[in-house]
Amino acid sequence: MQIEKQIAEIQGVVDDVLNMALSKGATQAEASMSKVQGISVSSRMGDVENVEFNNDGGLGISVYVGKHKGSASTADLSKEALALTVEKAVDIARYTSEDPCTGLADEDLIATEFPDLELYHPIELDPQKGIELAIEAEKAALEYDERITNSDGASYNANLGMRVYGNTHGINAGYPSSRYSLSCMMIGAQDGDMQRDYAYTVSRQAHLLKSAAEVGREAAEATVARLGARKLPTGKVPVMLHRDVASSLFGHYVSAISGGSLYRRSSFLLDKLGEQVFPEWLNIEEKPFLKGGLASSSFDSEGVATKDMTIVENGLLSHYLYTTYSARKLDVKSNGHAGGIHNWIIGTTGQSDAEMLKEMGTGLLVTELMGQGVNTVTGDYSRGAAGFWVENGIIQYPVAEVTIAGNLKDMFMNIAAIGAERELRGGVQTGSVLIGEMRVAGS
Amino acid sequence: MFNNVKTHLLTDSGLDLSSLEKALGEIYHHDNDYADLYFQSSQHESWVLEDGIIKDGSYNIERGVGVRAISGEKTGFAYSDDINENALLDACRAARTIAPTGGKHQVKSLESAKYSSRYKDDNPLLAMQDADKISLLKAVDAYIREKEPGINQVVVSLSGVYEEILVAATDGTLATDIRPLVRLNCSVLMEKGDRRERGSAGAGGRHSYDFFKSDKDGRPYFEMLADEALHMARVNMEAVASPAGTMPVVLGNGWPGVLLHEAVGHGLEGDFNRKGASTFSGRIGERVAAKGVTVVDDGTMADRRGSLSVDDEGTPTQHNVLIEDGILKGYMQDKMNARLMGVAPTGNGRRESFAHLPMPRMTNTYMLGGQYDPQEIIATIDKGIYAPNFAGGQVDITSGKFVFSSAEAYLIENGKITAPVKGATLIGNGPEVMQKISMIGNDVALDRGVGVCGKDGQSVPVGVGQPTLKVDELTVGGTA
Repeated sequence: MQIEKQIAEIQGVVDDVLNMALSKGATQAEASMSKVQGISVSSRMGDVENVEFNNDGGLGISVYVGKHKGSASTADLSKEALALTVEKAVDIARYTSEDPCTGLADEDLIATEFPDLELYHPIELDPQKGIELAIEAEKAALEYDERITNSDGASYNANLGMRVYGNTHGINAGYPSSRYSLSCMMIGAQDGDMQRDYAYTVSRQAHLLKSAAEVGREAAEATVARLGARKLPTGKVPVMLHRDVASSLFGHYVSAISGGSLYRRSSFLLDKLGEQVFPEWLNIEEKPFLKGGLASSSFDSEGVATKDMTIVENGLLSHYLYTTYSARKLDVKSNGHAGGIHNWIIGTTGQSDAEMLKEMGTGLLVTELMGQGVNTVTGDYSRGAAGFWVENGIIQYPVAEVTIAGNLKDMFMNIAAIGAERELRGGVQTGSVLIGEMRVAGS
Repeated sequence: MFNNVKTHLLTDSGLDLSSLEKALGEIYHHDNDYADLYFQSSQHESWVLEDGIIKDGSYNIERGVGVRAISGEKTGFAYSDDINENALLDACRAARTIAPTGGKHQVKSLESAKYSSRYKDDNPLLAMQDADKISLLKAVDAYIREKEPGINQVVVSLSGVYEEILVAATDGTLATDIRPLVRLNCSVLMEKGDRRERGSAGAGGRHSYDFFKSDKDGRPYFEMLADEALHMARVNMEAVASPAGTMPVVLGNGWPGVLLHEAVGHGLEGDFNRKGASTFSGRIGERVAAKGVTVVDDGTMADRRGSLSVDDEGTPTQHNVLIEDGILKGYMQDKMNARLMGVAPTGNGRRESFAHLPMPRMTNTYMLGGQYDPQEIIATIDKGIYAPNFAGGQVDITSGKFVFSSAEAYLIENGKITAPVKGATLIGNGPEVMQKISMIGNDVALDRGVGVCGKDGQSVPVGVGQPTLKVDELTVGGTA
């Protein structure tokens, strides 16, 4: 069936569900529905390991009876299950309290234009082709170096999906999307030390994935580079987050400036709107309409129109991120961030990674972060790390089993440089980040 | 129980045991060694109180069947969120293609597995009226606000799951299980001047919601949890920067068992060891922990969050000794990895849902108690850290490096617990840290039932536990 027809069908279901909600006593309702079809295949040591056929769908609905809210969802899309889901949501609204801030998004903020963001590039879902890619990646990795002794496997994923959102203000919009990825994880050994690392590539267009051989080589290279890792003595040293892990830093910024954390007074960036939180040269642009972007969307998960925004301008906290509810709690308007952010482009100071290492001189290049030791309420940061010790801009040896710690407030302000070589595989596009001194705990 | 589950998952969808045998037979038209069908139906609800009002409630239903075919080390997998004969056969025809045509095996006739139930099969969503669930949330909120009138934010959430599963396999396995699961959480935010700190506590298990009103030391359980959340916020309000570097650490009993889960648990899962990917691979019979350290994984404990009557492959759960007096005894296995390694399955084959493949997973993992009084352990330390409460952790099973983050911790100075310190990440190497356990307390306890374990993108509920432990050297990631 053609994708447009399938979307129209789902829009029909969403319409029915919304009408059902109104007939059961809801005064407002919103529903979202998704369907994803895909394959996920993997190889290990040059042979097929798993072949999975994925077929996922789900519908979620929120109803408002006056200012009382109820929600329900189902992965079972039969007529009976849909009817039960709506009933349950209305039922629940009988027990929730009256909340003046609850309800659909403001009507004037709802998206009315739905440009084609070029997110859908279908190919035939062929497990055999995927297996060939996975095996080729693994083969390249196993041949890369004799210290590569084992494989944790390579996998290929292809997903074709669609998402539809509708509410009783009248919006009922949907779009299809595709996503392909190839990854490879290798194991290396040397003198009794065993290490693993991985590489991956992801795109909305299958032909834009990196070649399998390249992914394999990168995985092997990263694994071999870790062998013989040492601890560092405890001390204060400059830290540079490699672009592979640097986006997590901005992920913490997202949590800290999200409306939900603000109205709960659970953020170290509370009451900081318009204040300096990053160095003056740093800008963060949000670009929801990026063609083929991994986090592109013309409306958020409440139907609110997204727009290009300068989230951080000249280092200032220019915008908090609001959903409808958090905006009402704080007496402002939603700016389209229900469900998360939409492609952040982090500013750069223009250096290559090699130039940044020179600028750091002597310090720790972090290529892996472990654990969840980040407290958004206080900004306290303490995470496990692995990477490389750098002297005079040159990598000396691999480092493992250390922690890096500080406070995000200081870490943000102390960013000395952001590289020009960008990580493009997620919703946050950033180069490597050179942070000033941090406390490193080791031996 | 068997008949009820069979009716809900099969009869209501026009299926019976002969249709399952027929479906498995379809898979055996190809040269597969094993296949199973996993039917699941679940209901999940949650209620959230915030700002003193019931802010949201949600209800989720999930239902479907997963079909797995295994040929040697290869697995084919397909699933459907619609349970009917056509959808089932379609999934079987997709999954079986992992092996070429020309089946060599016969499906054994399905026979009900015999096992003991480890929990009651009541539906917690129905066992308490919605109005009473609301009252429970409000009681927690009222208790906290009375105890600490200056408290700024209180969030209380209550959630419950009722799940029915049925597994049928080509080896004749036929098993059903009904799995209730409930959880209560409360989180408070305290403010003093510019300083804000959070405290939280939670509990749960395979119970009905009445569990949270049950008596604990002469008062309802929820009051004890609320006090714990307040205590954590008060302690963190006074916390100073944590030290950085390698030092002796005393871990409290119960939830700090996250240490075992990360330091040894994952590394002892059968799949990693079959592939030689774990730091513990090929080390059965070797010393991997200090003398006196005995670690078990036990899915049979009554009403525990990590317990299962049968695992997701229909194997009854067991009390599995992983490490005995410091010597590695065995791995945790599902059917596939057990067969490939030539051992018996251990009842650790678990999956998040019908739409996910099973793999070896932990249930309730804990260390047995030792001889020392906790105070006696603390008294041996001149300068170190006492950490009675933790947040989550993570492990790299190949290098053995693991982390876990303290949520409540104190300095130990001259044998005494002194100032509270801020949360910090602790990092170590599993086999090394296990050898550095020098004192084991006599106060073994399991956590309160809030653990969630993630592996390969799949989440399952688990339990952890341990007595108070002294680790001679662990790296503490503070800032001071």
